Amino acid sequence: MTKQEALVDFCLQIGDTSLIHGQRLAEWCGHAPILEEDIALTNISLDLIGQARMILTYAGQTENKHRDEDKLSFHRDAWDFRNVLIAELPNGDFAFTMGKIFLLGFYMKNLFTVLSNSKDPSLKAFAEKSLKEVIYHCRHAADWVIRLGDGTIESKERMQKALNELALYTDDLFEVSESEKILVQEKLIPSLADLKTNWSHDIAAVITQATLKLPQANNALRLGGKAGLHTEHLGHILSDMQFLQRAYPDAKW
Amino acid sequence: MATNNDTQLKLWEVFTQEKAGASFEHAGSLRASDNEMALLNARDVYARRNEAVNIWVVPSESITASTPEDQGPFFDPANDKAYRHPNFYKTPAGIKQI
Amino acid sequence: MSETISKEQAFDQKLANGQVIEPKDWMPERYRNQLIRMMSQHAHSEVVGMLPEGNWITRAPSLERKLVLLAKVQDEAGHALYIYSATETLGVDRKELIDQLHEGKAKYSSIFNYPTLTWADMGAIGWLVDGAAIVNQTALAKCSYGPYSRAMIRICKEENFHNKQGYQILARMMQGTEVQKKMAQDAVNRWWWPSLMMFGPTDKDSPNSADLMKWKVKLHSNDDLRQRFIDRTVPQADAIGIKIPDPELKYNEKTRHYEFGQINWDEFYSVIRGNGPCNHERMKARTKAHKDGKWVREAVEAYAAKHFN
Repeated sequence: MTKQEALVDFCLQIGDTSLIHGQRLAEWCGHAPILEEDIALTNISLDLIGQARMILTYAGQTENKHRDEDKLSFHRDAWDFRNVLIAELPNGDFAFTMGKIFLLGFYMKNLFTVLSNSKDPSLKAFAEKSLKEVIYHCRHAADWVIRLGDGTIESKERMQKALNELALYTDDLFEVSESEKILVQEKLIPSLADLKTNWSHDIAAVITQATLKLPQANNALRLGGKAGLHTEHLGHILSDMQFLQRAYPDAKW
Repeated sequence: MATNNDTQLKLWEVFTQEKAGASFEHAGSLRASDNEMALLNARDVYARRNEAVNIWVVPSESITASTPEDQGPFFDPANDKAYRHPNFYKTPAGIKQI
Repeated sequence: MSETISKEQAFDQKLANGQVIEPKDWMPERYRNQLIRMMSQHAHSEVVGMLPEGNWITRAPSLERKLVLLAKVQDEAGHALYIYSATETLGVDRKELIDQLHEGKAKYSSIFNYPTLTWADMGAIGWLVDGAAIVNQTALAKCSYGPYSRAMIRICKEENFHNKQGYQILARMMQGTEVQKKMAQDAVNRWWWPSLMMFGPTDKDSPNSADLMKWKVKLHSNDDLRQRFIDRTVPQADAIGIKIPDPELKYNEKTRHYEFGQINWDEFYSVIRGNGPCNHERMKARTKAHKDGKWVREAVEAYAAKHFN
């Protein structure tokens, strides 16, 4: 993998994660527990898809093969997607969705904090812009995790169950990909070595305040998102998301 | 289906400041369980088009409002106090500015 | 003797002077009740209206179209919220209003009981359904009840882009492949007549119109607004090569209005009575969201009781 290929691959990791996460959250629009939350979840989804557009466009430019944000989003198969696995999991109940936004949000916050010091100006600009959005997502999700954890018996049970299930997929966030290794070696991005520690620290604080138990991540088999090894869910997301572009390849919309 | 104990949460009034230095204006209402959630919801509902740089949220029940019966005694007496307004005063000719 | 006029007379006089009624002002019970009926129906329409377009968010054909559609459906949630808030100033609780919807006691606009079958429906809804809504709401922005009027002003400002994005979807498709053109025309064929029905029955069959006009809640008749919509929409169709599916449609040089064919009022009343293609599905989706959300609302209330009281 050349440095340029590594940069493209790394941008796809970020862009695909934002895109698939945003695509999933968009499913809530019109079905949330209260109107205010329809609007809040949609705002998060809009931020994420906006991030995807920006970084996928950059991936396409860097790659230099005439692929824009839409070509990359709608004309790749699952094995070419580089998103982390949590993003593609079905929404489940409201606790599970909040758990996803919470765990992924703090991952993105820590990642974008590091990337804000990238030597690559485009990556740096992307990270600085997106960091502000993600900090808000973290606050919103943490508020909910705390309220559901420390709410009723039912909500506590649901929130704990959600975190326990999601914990199967959190190691996947920190699996070091080939492209990450190269970009760090080439000093294009700072070291990602502290990512997991910082993330663990962030989420532990919230989980404790929520009077919940820290789930143990222990299943090493749920890995591979960044390498294109996905769950069965991603194929279905793509068949839905890519339908029009695939059915009418010569059409412009 | 007993929906009687269900709720749409507490009612809040939202005030937004459009830019630094401007007055806060009433933007609308929303529902939320507590003040942190009300603040976040206000941001998502009333500032998603760049309409605000600052937000206040207040429980609707905390607002005391004047009534239509108050209107006469409250506001009419201010009608005839023109001397409170600067244009009541004539400036002598030749003076540009006070 | 101005001191001896009744509250009712004072109210009428206010309306005659073009003054706005505010929540704490005295108002006749019938005025209040008609407003609650009309405003809650409007708010419910915004909520249910999220569903037909929500059906295509995950399938939008480009990331930009996805963002636009998502923002538009989000606005509908916002509009519902503004109108529910305005309705609450009349002394009802949002919960009561939502319960009425779910129990089938309150209506919502019939237009949302039609299915969205292709992507072109996103264009037709934005262009026709939102176009009709804007004509209605622009008139309501000058209505006599302050909170409703203010909500409408805010909504009209936001809704402008809804109409434009819909028209742009169709315009783009009409410049595209043969299949795209066919798809666009098919969508307009299906949405045109239901959009005309959005203005409600013809004046002589509109039971509440007289009262609402007397109270200046409605400032124009259903037929007037319908005509206004047709007059501004037909040239837009011509401009992009869409055919309006009405063989009797023609421009009358003298009146400077379009004449149009007979609306199928049997269909209109049938959909209102619950027999539209999607009535059942729409209510099922709404009540499911509400039921599924109950434990969430209970949880935050419980948390607030522990930590904020």
